[in-house]
Amino acid sequence: MKKTLLSLSNLSKQFDGKNVLDSLNLDIYDGEFITLLGPSGCGKTTLLRLMAGFEHPDAGTITLAGQDLTGTPPEHRPLNTVFQHYALFPHMSVFDNVAYGLKMEKRPKEEIRERVDEALAMVQLQDFKGRKPHQLSGGQQQRVAIARAVVKRPRLLLLDEPLSALDYKLRRTMQGELKRLQRELGITFVFVTHDQEEALSMSDRVVVLKDGEVQQLGTPREVYERPANLFTARFVGETNFFPGEVESIHDSAITVDVFGLKRTLRRPDFPVRPGQPLHVLLRPEDIRVLDPADAQGVAGKIIERNYKGSTLDSVIQLEDGSEVLASEFFDEDDPAFDYRLGEPVKVSWVDGWEWLLPEEADESVHEDALTDA
Amino acid sequence: MPSVTRQPFRTAVLVLVWGWLLFLVLAPNLLVVGASVMTRDPGTFIALPLNLDAYRQLFDPLYLEVFLHSLYMAAMTTLVCLLVGYPFAWALSKLGKQRQLLLIFLLIVPFWTNSLVRTYALKMLLATNGLINSALMSLGWIDEPIQMLYTEGAVIIGLVYLLLPFMILPLYSVFDDLRQELLMASHDLGAGRLATFIHVIVPLTLPGVLAGVMLVLLPAMGLFFVPDILGGSRNLLVGNVIKNQFLDARNWPFGAAASIVLTITMAILMLAHRLSKQRLGEGGAG
Repeated sequence: MKKTLLSLSNLSKQFDGKNVLDSLNLDIYDGEFITLLGPSGCGKTTLLRLMAGFEHPDAGTITLAGQDLTGTPPEHRPLNTVFQHYALFPHMSVFDNVAYGLKMEKRPKEEIRERVDEALAMVQLQDFKGRKPHQLSGGQQQRVAIARAVVKRPRLLLLDEPLSALDYKLRRTMQGELKRLQRELGITFVFVTHDQEEALSMSDRVVVLKDGEVQQLGTPREVYERPANLFTARFVGETNFFPGEVESIHDSAITVDVFGLKRTLRRPDFPVRPGQPLHVLLRPEDIRVLDPADAQGVAGKIIERNYKGSTLDSVIQLEDGSEVLASEFFDEDDPAFDYRLGEPVKVSWVDGWEWLLPEEADESVHEDALTDA
Repeated sequence: MPSVTRQPFRTAVLVLVWGWLLFLVLAPNLLVVGASVMTRDPGTFIALPLNLDAYRQLFDPLYLEVFLHSLYMAAMTTLVCLLVGYPFAWALSKLGKQRQLLLIFLLIVPFWTNSLVRTYALKMLLATNGLINSALMSLGWIDEPIQMLYTEGAVIIGLVYLLLPFMILPLYSVFDDLRQELLMASHDLGAGRLATFIHVIVPLTLPGVLAGVMLVLLPAMGLFFVPDILGGSRNLLVGNVIKNQFLDARNWPFGAAASIVLTITMAILMLAHRLSKQRLGEGGAG
C-alpha cells in the first residue's frame, strides 16, 4: 500500500457563482508523478492553486502528511510551484532567484551558496549564475524556475503547464529532464497539462478532469486502454466509436451486433441486457485493414492516407458514411506498403482489443472537448 | 506602399524630426548656455566678454539659501506626492478595468482648467477669511483663523495639488505591468507580505518611482506662480529666481546659469531612471 502525502477531500470552489471544482476527492501518494489532465477550464489550474495556497476552497480540506493545510498561507506550506511563465524575478540574477527561498528561511550564507550551486548544477546552469533572466533562453529560464523551486527541498512540487511555452523539441528534452529530476530527488510531482501525450509519457498516474470533476484516475495505460467514459476516451488519444447492440449474454462474453457483424466480445463491467445499445471503442492502431475480398469485416474505401514516418495513418469511409481512423506500422516484408485514394477495403479488429462503454445520457456535450484538445 | 515613394517619405520624416530637435531644442539650449557665460549689459541684456561670473554668483550665500530652500520644498512636495501616489496607484491597478478608466479620467479632469486659475482657487480655500477658516470658526472648532496662506506649507500644498497626477500616472503604469505571478512566486518561496514588498514590489516599481520623481521634483522647483500666489516673499523657488532675473533684475547671464543647473539636475535624474530600467532588462518586467 502506498503512503498518501497530500489528501484533498470534498474540495469545492466557485468563481462568480460558477462551480469550478465540485466536491473533489484526490489522494496523492508520496514520491509519485501525478498529472492533472484536462481541457482548458476543467479546473486543473484552480486545483493546483488550492494546493499551493493562492486560492482558498469554499469547502473541503487539504491535508499534507496528516497536517491540515487548508488555512495555511502559501509561504508556510512545505511545497513549491513552477509557474507556467516561470515567474522569475527580472531584477535578480539567476543566483539570487534560486537563493530567494533560502534567504527567506534565513539560512546561513555559506549554506545558501552551496545549495544554490548544487541546484544549478542539477539543471546544468552552474555557468549562468550571474546572468539576468532576460539573458536566458526559454528553456534555460524554465530550468532556473525548477532549480528555484527544488532548492527548498519541498515535499511536493507543483508544476503548472511548465512546458507549454517551449517549442516541440525542447519540450521533449525537458520532459525527459523532469522525469530524471523527479527520480533523483524523490519529490512528489503534481504536473498540470492539457497535452495528453505529455501526460501519458511522464506520469505514474493521470487524473482526467472535466468541469471540476474527476473523470478517471489511473495509470496512463488504464486511462488509454480502458477509458472510464466517453469524455476520457475522446480526450486521451484518437478513438473510433462503433455503434453496437447487445444480441445475447453469456457468462464471460456477450454477442454484439456491429455494422451487421455478430462479434463475441468480452463481457464488460457494467450491467448489460439484450437489445441495449453500446459503444465499441477501437484505437486506430487496433484497426485491421483487410482485402475487400475478405470474408469478415465492414466494407469501405480509403479516403485519406497520411505517411507518418513509422506508421501509415489512413481514413476509411464506411458504406453508411461514418469514418474510421486506422494506424498501421510499416513492416519489413513490405516497405512500399501504401493505399491509393478510393481503394476498396474492409475494416475489422481482433476480438478482445475493443473496449466497451455504455451510452451516456447526454452525449452531445462531449463534442466540444475534442476541439479543446 | 511602393518602394520609390518610401525613401522620400522616410527622408521627410527624418528632416522634420531632426529639424525640430535642432531649432527648437538644441538651438535654444545653446543660446541659454551662451547667455550664461556672457556679461550682463543694461542695454542689450548680454554682452562680451565671456566669463563664469554668473556661475560664481550661484554660490552667493543669499542665492544658495534660496536654492536649498527651493530644493527642500520641492523634495517635500515629491515626498508627499510619493507617499500619496504610491498606494493610490497600487490600489488603482487592483480595481476593475472600468473603474480604473473612470478614476484616471477624474485624475486628468483638473488639467482642463488652467493651473493658474486652480492655484487662485486654492488661495480662496486657504486665505485668512477663506473657506476652511470660516468653516472651522462657524463650527466653533477654532476661535481665530489659522495662518495658512503665505507659508511654506501653502506652497507645498499648492505644488502637491498641481503635480500629484504626474506622480500617479507613471506609478500606475508600473503597477499595471506588475505580474501577479511574480508576487505568487515570492509567497510560494516563503516570503510574507512585507518581504515580498521589499524584495519584489519595490524594486520592480522603482522605474515608476523615479519617473514620478523626475516629473514632480523638477517642475516643483520651477513653478514660480505657486509661491507668487500662495507663498509670500520668503518661500521662493528656483523658478522665481530665474523669472526675476529675466523679467525684473534684467540679469540674463545669472538667470541662464540658474536654469542650466536645473537642466543638469534633470539630466542626472534621467540617467538614474535609465540605469534602473536597464537593471530590469530590455523587456522591463517581462
